[in-house]
Amino acid sequence: MTALLALALTVLLSVTALLALARIYRGPSLLDRVVAADLLLSTMLGAVGAEAAVNGHATTLPVLVVLSLLGFVGSVSLVRFAVREEV
Amino acid sequence: MILIADWLGGLCLLAGALLSLVAGIGVLRFPDTLARMHAATKPQVLGVLLLLVGLALRLRTLSDLGMIALVAVFQLATAPVAAQMIGRAAYRSGRIDRELLDVDELSGR
Repeated sequence: MTALLALALTVLLSVTALLALARIYRGPSLLDRVVAADLLLSTMLGAVGAEAAVNGHATTLPVLVVLSLLGFVGSVSLVRFAVREEV
Repeated sequence: MILIADWLGGLCLLAGALLSLVAGIGVLRFPDTLARMHAATKPQVLGVLLLLVGLALRLRTLSDLGMIALVAVFQLATAPVAAQMIGRAAYRSGRIDRELLDVDELSGR
C-alpha cells in the first residue's frame, strides 16, 4: 500500500510541477510567472512533506518551514519591485 | 488504531496532491492573471494543509506536530497577502480582461 501511495503522490505532484513549469515558460507577463513560480514552490513543499510522510521520518521538517517562508518573500518582493519597473 | 491513522493520513496525502493538480491545471488553462491567481492560491493552500495533516497523522509525535503547525500557520498567513499583492499589481498594470469582471470595486480609486 505504501509503494502504491508513493507512486500516486509522485505522479500527481510531478504533473503539477510540469504544469507550473509550462506556465512559467509560456506566461505572457511577469505576474503570471510569479503565480506559477509560487505554485511550483508550494508543490515542492508538498513533495518534501509527502516524502517525509511516506518514509516516516521527520528530518526534513525544517526544510518545510524554510520553503513556506521563502515562497512568500520571493513572490512579494518580485511583485513589489520588479513589476513596477517592467510596466 | 495506528492502522486507521495511517490510512487516514494516506487519504489526506492523496487529496492534497489532487488539489495541487487541480491548481496546476487551473494555472495552465485559465485565461487571465486574476483567474490564474485564484486557481493557484485557493486549492493550493488547502492542498498543502491536507498534505500537512496527512504528514501529522503519519508521524504522530508532539515535537513534529509543533513544526507542522508552524508551517500551516505560515501558509495561512502569507498566501492571502501574496495573492492580494499580485492581484492589485495585475489590476494596476491593466493586465485584466474587463469583460470577465462582474463587479469592479477598484474602479473609483
